Amino acid sequence: MWARAFSYWMASYRRIWRGSLVSGFLNPVLFLAAMGIGLGALVDNGSAGGVQGVTYLTFLAPGILAAQAMQTAVFESTFPVLGAVKWQRQYHAMLAAPLGVPDLVVGHLVFVAMRVAITSTAFLLITVAFGAIGSWWAVLTLPVAVLTGLAFAAPVFALAARQDGPGGFNMLFRFIIMPMFLFSGTFFPVEQLPAALELVAMVTPLWHAVELCRGLALETMTMVPALGHVAYLLLWVGAGLWLALASFRKRLVL
Amino acid sequence: MAPHPVDRPLISAHQLTKQFGDFTAVGGIDFEVRAGEAFGFLGPNGAGKSSTMRMIGCVSPPSAGTLRILGLDPAADGPQIRGRLGVVPQRDTLDEELTVRENILVYGRYFGLPRSVVRERAAELLDFAQLTDRADSIVEPLSGGMKRRLTIARSLVNNPELLLLDEPTTGLDPQARHVLWDRLFRLKRSGVTLVLTTHYMDEAEQLCDRLVVMDGGRIVAEGSPRQLIAEHATREVLELRFPADDHAAYAVKLDGLVPRIEVLPDRLLLYTEDGDTTAKAVHDRGLAPLSVLARRSTLEDVFLHLTGRTLID
Ligand SMILES: Nc1ncnc2c1ncn2[C@@H]1O[C@H](COP(=O)(O)OP(=O)(O)OP(=O)(O)O)[C@@H](O)[C@H]1O
Ligand SMILES: [Mg+2]
Repeated sequence: MWARAFSYWMASYRRIWRGSLVSGFLNPVLFLAAMGIGLGALVDNGSAGGVQGVTYLTFLAPGILAAQAMQTAVFESTFPVLGAVKWQRQYHAMLAAPLGVPDLVVGHLVFVAMRVAITSTAFLLITVAFGAIGSWWAVLTLPVAVLTGLAFAAPVFALAARQDGPGGFNMLFRFIIMPMFLFSGTFFPVEQLPAALELVAMVTPLWHAVELCRGLALETMTMVPALGHVAYLLLWVGAGLWLALASFRKRLVL
Repeated sequence: MAPHPVDRPLISAHQLTKQFGDFTAVGGIDFEVRAGEAFGFLGPNGAGKSSTMRMIGCVSPPSAGTLRILGLDPAADGPQIRGRLGVVPQRDTLDEELTVRENILVYGRYFGLPRSVVRERAAELLDFAQLTDRADSIVEPLSGGMKRRLTIARSLVNNPELLLLDEPTTGLDPQARHVLWDRLFRLKRSGVTLVLTTHYMDEAEQLCDRLVVMDGGRIVAEGSPRQLIAEHATREVLELRFPADDHAAYAVKLDGLVPRIEVLPDRLLLYTEDGDTTAKAVHDRGLAPLSVLARRSTLEDVFLHLTGRTLID
């Protein structure tokens, strides 16, 4: 049944995919160019001589891959969800048909996962073209990016279904997503942070996603930590899903 | 799908109740809808019509009472029932950024219909709703009447046995309403059972075989339009306007002339078997109204009698 809900999101995506593809990975590519190449030249030629034994661009690319998965997922899980609840009310149309709340949530989440897969693939190809990633292991960063997307999308679904306007989303972007983007290891190793903040960074799902992507792209990942990171992200997916189902029921079944 | 036995009602509700927190929107109502009929819920804003319709549509669980639809229990078989219903909600849930045709195609997919079937069905429905020439235009710029017709067309994509229409024509101009009524007549003739809510007396009289009048979450009267008028009003109504703000004073002067007088802010309604005779009697009492209108009783009069106020507040 969830596939029926998914088919709606696909129909609506078919109209806008070109625009969203460009806007979806233009931003991360700009970051990669400005930071990786511009700033990277300073880092690599300075006393540090790169980061963790590789060029800054090589260090940065997998971090941005994880971060853009987060951003795409969060973006797709805020306004579209609230709109389907409140403005365009597509969820209500689905519920009048034989679909149930779990079908709505799963169908829409699968669509978000697909969006993340598309933008991540596009970004990964660009990084290869930049020469920032060369290992075949990097192919595994794609499922990691999708998992990362779901780890953010599911709890954001739960939040979005409880909103009445965009106010909450602005807070989310400003006070949660943006700081996470900057301080969870995307641009520099979290060991650079004061010890207390380093711990905070390590609790964020983004840090685990960055570690996984980077470990795979640089071929430094080992099995046990990898499983730990995956399990942590899965925990977010599971808890988020549970919360999303509760939020959707509360909002839509009256 | 096995045909529903004709002797069993298509919908039966017993002490059906809907509460939102402490507030009772529907306060224990009983009704039955039989296969093939057009059944109406008539009532003012906040009467509980939509709350009732949403329970019948299996999207809102009843707080108490029993409800059976197509012989099934919404709590246990909601998806199965919804697969056989068509629903026109009070507020459209169209995707305004998709085209007219895409809206039907997507909706058909919700019912698990194969693409080729939906495609064929969409063409028929667009024709039925007179939207064929707009099929590939985006929904957003369409007029209210067109959107409403699209919502109705879309609700028929699964060939429903039972069609629920919550205020299908509210906000439409008279012409658009007549087009919609015509479409609903055709559906009824083809055997679809209609359940609708409305604020409009003429709509109820035109479309409904039977109806209930709701007020404050309760059913205050039930029957065919004709029965309700016979039971709760006289054959004719004489409307009198006087050159004054206080029509109550004139009502006193007319005391005893007819069995019942209704005082409205701008006119008096005299319930009578014969409007012309009563008009003459008014003149004989030496009163000179600004205007005199004798007309047949309508459901509006029934409503006024039952609830003591006009329908559209
Ligand atoms: N989700 C809800 N939460 C709280 N109260 C509600 C909710 N839905 C409806 N109500 C209240 O229940 C009452 C009945 O509402 P309902 O929508 O069923 O009336 P209605 O007869 O359809 O009115 P209208 O003609 O305005 O559409 C109203 O007082 C309304 O405010
Ligand atoms: Mg209503």
